[in-house]
Amino acid sequence: MTATRHPTPTRPPAAAPAYPAPRPAGDERNPGTPLDLDAVLALRVNRSAVERRAATIPTRRTVKKEWQAAWLLRAITCMDLTTLQGDDTPGNVVRLCAKARRPIRPDLVDALGVAHLDIKVGAVCVYHALVPTAVKALAGSDIPVAAVSTGFPAGLNPFEERIHEVRASVAAGAQEIDIVITRAHVLTGHWEALYDEVRAFREACGPAHMKAILATGELATLTNVARASMVAMMAGADFIKTSTGKEPVNAVLPVGVVMTRMIREYEGRTGVAVGFKPAGGIRTAKQALDWLILMKEELGDRWLKPALFRLGASALLTDIERQLEHFVTGRYSAAYRHPMV
Amino acid sequence: MTTVAKLFETMDYGPAPESAAPALEWLKAHNNAQLGHYIAGQWVTPAEGQYFETINPATTAVLARVAQGGKADVDAAVAAARAAAPAWAALAPHARARYLYALAREVQRHSRLLAVLESLDNGKPIRETRDLDIPLVARHFYHHAGWAQLLATEFAGYHPVGVVGQIVPWNFPLLMVAWKVAPALAAGNTIIMKPAEFTPLTALCFAELTREVGLPPGVFNVVTGDGATGKHLVEHPDVNKIAFTGSTEVGRIIRKATAGTGKKLTLELGGKSPFIVFDDADLDSVVEGVVDAIWFNQGQVCCAGSRLLVHEGIADRLTQKLRARMEKLRVGSPLDKAVDMGAIVAPVQLERIRGLVEKGVEEGAKMWQPSWACPTEGYFYPPTLFTEVSPAATIAQVEIFGPVLVSMTFRTPKEAVELANNTPYGLAASVWTENINLALDVAPKLKAGVVWVNCTNMFDAASGFGGYRESGFGREGGREGMFEYLKAEWEMGEGRREKDVVAARPAAAPERPSPISPLPPMDRTYKLFIGGKQVRPDQGYSRKITAADGRVLGEVGDGNRKDIRNAVEAAHAAEGWARVSGHGRAQILYYIAENLATRAEEFAARVGRQEVDASVARLFTYAAWADKWDGAVHHTPIRGVTLAMQEPVGVLGLVAPEECPLLGFVSLVAPAIAAGNTVIAIPSEVHPLAATEFYTVLETSDLPDGVVNVVTGDKDALAKVLAEHDDVDGIWYCGGAAGAKTVEFAAAANMKRTWVMTRPRDWLDPRQGEGREFLRHASEVKNIWIPYGE
Repeated sequence: MTATRHPTPTRPPAAAPAYPAPRPAGDERNPGTPLDLDAVLALRVNRSAVERRAATIPTRRTVKKEWQAAWLLRAITCMDLTTLQGDDTPGNVVRLCAKARRPIRPDLVDALGVAHLDIKVGAVCVYHALVPTAVKALAGSDIPVAAVSTGFPAGLNPFEERIHEVRASVAAGAQEIDIVITRAHVLTGHWEALYDEVRAFREACGPAHMKAILATGELATLTNVARASMVAMMAGADFIKTSTGKEPVNAVLPVGVVMTRMIREYEGRTGVAVGFKPAGGIRTAKQALDWLILMKEELGDRWLKPALFRLGASALLTDIERQLEHFVTGRYSAAYRHPMV
Repeated sequence: MTTVAKLFETMDYGPAPESAAPALEWLKAHNNAQLGHYIAGQWVTPAEGQYFETINPATTAVLARVAQGGKADVDAAVAAARAAAPAWAALAPHARARYLYALAREVQRHSRLLAVLESLDNGKPIRETRDLDIPLVARHFYHHAGWAQLLATEFAGYHPVGVVGQIVPWNFPLLMVAWKVAPALAAGNTIIMKPAEFTPLTALCFAELTREVGLPPGVFNVVTGDGATGKHLVEHPDVNKIAFTGSTEVGRIIRKATAGTGKKLTLELGGKSPFIVFDDADLDSVVEGVVDAIWFNQGQVCCAGSRLLVHEGIADRLTQKLRARMEKLRVGSPLDKAVDMGAIVAPVQLERIRGLVEKGVEEGAKMWQPSWACPTEGYFYPPTLFTEVSPAATIAQVEIFGPVLVSMTFRTPKEAVELANNTPYGLAASVWTENINLALDVAPKLKAGVVWVNCTNMFDAASGFGGYRESGFGREGGREGMFEYLKAEWEMGEGRREKDVVAARPAAAPERPSPISPLPPMDRTYKLFIGGKQVRPDQGYSRKITAADGRVLGEVGDGNRKDIRNAVEAAHAAEGWARVSGHGRAQILYYIAENLATRAEEFAARVGRQEVDASVARLFTYAAWADKWDGAVHHTPIRGVTLAMQEPVGVLGLVAPEECPLLGFVSLVAPAIAAGNTVIAIPSEVHPLAATEFYTVLETSDLPDGVVNVVTGDKDALAKVLAEHDDVDGIWYCGGAAGAKTVEFAAAANMKRTWVMTRPRDWLDPRQGEGREFLRHASEVKNIWIPYGE
């Protein structure tokens, strides 16, 4: 495509100013800011308008064919491959880690011509007790282990125990800690308490990246989601994450719209890019694409990489493999054809 | 590197094309893409054998050749519609409901064909035709299948208008067909549809669907062509109603062309709709609202929120957010499922947009367009944002009908309303605030037929759509839309002629000197009544009022254009009347009735007891209505409410009938003021004394000054001045055909609502002389959409 001549040359050459210049994503951390309560309370969210926007994310954009295959590969690299069940044992965690290293059948990797990309998942996410197992199973793979922490999923254990749990997981080799916030602080409007809590978790994390799970399904309103997102980022969350996967409603697009807008708002204020992680209920390749589209549209291409975007999921991987096989062969695939998660 | 590997790095969007093949095959199957008119259930070649090309604006490829309708074609279509009319009107409502239901289902069954054909012909994105246009088409037929079913009970005493000519624009080709066809068919009318020259294809495809569902031949006809074809239709003597959607310019021509013909008319015209953003709005959602407002359908939307009015304190932030969003919009092939904007409909429209944008830049506004480029093949234009625009700028006043947003700032809610209403148009408005008090305070103050709170461009068949001011008149959708295709039972058949009625009524009772007094009668001066004061006419002339036997009964002021001017100003000064509660207005109407009853003997001496008693009763009727003429909450598909509010039209000119000098006068004034209008009333020219006497009743009844103003004189001359006055919002005219024509013709200038009653009524009969019909004409329905949810 070549440019049509616009009717006037006065258009400034500079690109959009609302997104600050990209900076390399990597190990950068969100140092946080002091709590700016005025800014938090000034946030406005119109639920109906947000829902309309969310409803058109999947209808305004789509990717097909090679593009879809590429996007699905990218989704795999952004995946926090997760098992958080009461019956987790070293056995199924080891199996999960093996899958994390080789998420796609090798013949499909070859057919797609992407062997050199060394596609693997973003992280493996487990309970504290299984961190050592996962760390060992992933040794040499560069895949970090994430641990859910702070009394996951309800987050109502004694404060000192929660702090201790973070430290213990980091000591056990977790490079990422998914903390849960005290929903009561949000529901009762105790923003200072929320800030202090997350700040304390962040300090306890030390070098480990911290993802703050807001459990949006228990926050009652999208305005609360916005405020909790902003407070968590001010308190130093490296990622904000929608859900534990245990709430009645988990990752849904309207919540994603609000949280990504808050990330944009925070970046506008501080210049710091915070990551986003939807989790819970993301089971299909189509859903994964919708989330990627949301990131690209509301935040930009930097949020299409694991440094700033993760999808918390488990069964999703199999559906993505099936779609990739369909792309390669032209035939619809079956789950049993792909090594189980 | 493989393609997939490369795309893994770039993460670009790829093409996502919808296939054009089925739609192109449909065209090919129709005489190798050469389509005739659809008349009396048949494809008909044009009488003059002429065709024109319709193109795909995204590629400039010719899609089909379409018949150019001439006079003979229009005549044939009107004849077919006329022939089909009696049987269609006589059909049981339930039978018509079945046809409408079948059309709704048929549209759904062929939804993708219609969506693709529409996108090809118009250039709008397939996403919009698929997700908005076609579903709304089906929805409109479902809704009106319901009205057809309920016709006998919900519109008792009403009959179809007859044969209707419908002219639709190119921006929502099939949706506008549906908006017009569904209510017309439900009401029992037959139709000649004239689609827009640029976009005739879906109307023709729809014609085929009507055949598929077995709609009787002649009930729905399509004649394609350009403006000349439309002109033939508008001027056809056997068409009972014209419904037009399009530009104000053409609407004005149609208003003039139909003046005095007795044709019913609805016009849905242009707009320059405000999009008001207060400082407590959810700005990120506002940005998406703007996308839906002005970058929907390439901005080629009559109700597009094209004037962004932003609170000064947040303007820079919003501009920055808008620019960032504009960078991410995608313009491209309309059949690509992942574009936001497609092609502009035609080169002439593209040139218009370019010209106005250049003008905006010349006039000093600051223009901004995103850094990416549009496709060079086809007619594309990028989303464009103007800031630092003054209300005086051309781009702030003129409807651009393209993806161009002009932004202005305001300081206070009051100023926002003033800026919003600072336009000849009044179609729609959008208000963004998280403060419900502010939203519901502002919405009624906006001169617009639709107000969207924290949303925009929401449409539904259950909610009437239509404008104030030069955006036209009449409503489409909902109950009010049905009335546009119906007429009262008493209007059927041959009516009495006006002169018969005037001749038939008894001469005004003479004012006799008292038989017991030796003194001559007291001299009495009747003045004009303006702004609550009795005033002498501007020029100081009077006119003699004589009885049937030629005896002089008195003299009234001979009002002129300056008196009308003064009366209009007084009526505007009294606009607070609209904010008086229904109860308050009722109390005053009752009081007027009471004071008239007190002087019943005196008025009876002029007009007879029967008319006085009927006038008192009529005042009671509208006193009764004043607190009951309320609105509705519509069932629209949102989580929220859609409030249909009855608002007064504004300043109304009322030209009273010659017959029933008191009752006729009261029958116009009472409903008008009951609904909250302020009025300038011109009494019967021959028998004005009852009305001039009546103002002394008004003076004693606590009616605020200026709510009712009375100007006597040459009725048709004064009516013309009223009709030409741009600050009068509507005019009701009772009188002859010539006067009616003058009024309707002159009204075209500011598109004021006209209601001409050339067929004399039996004012003593409440079925003809009072009721909802009068209140409907005294009101504009404003629909306020309020989605909610925390």
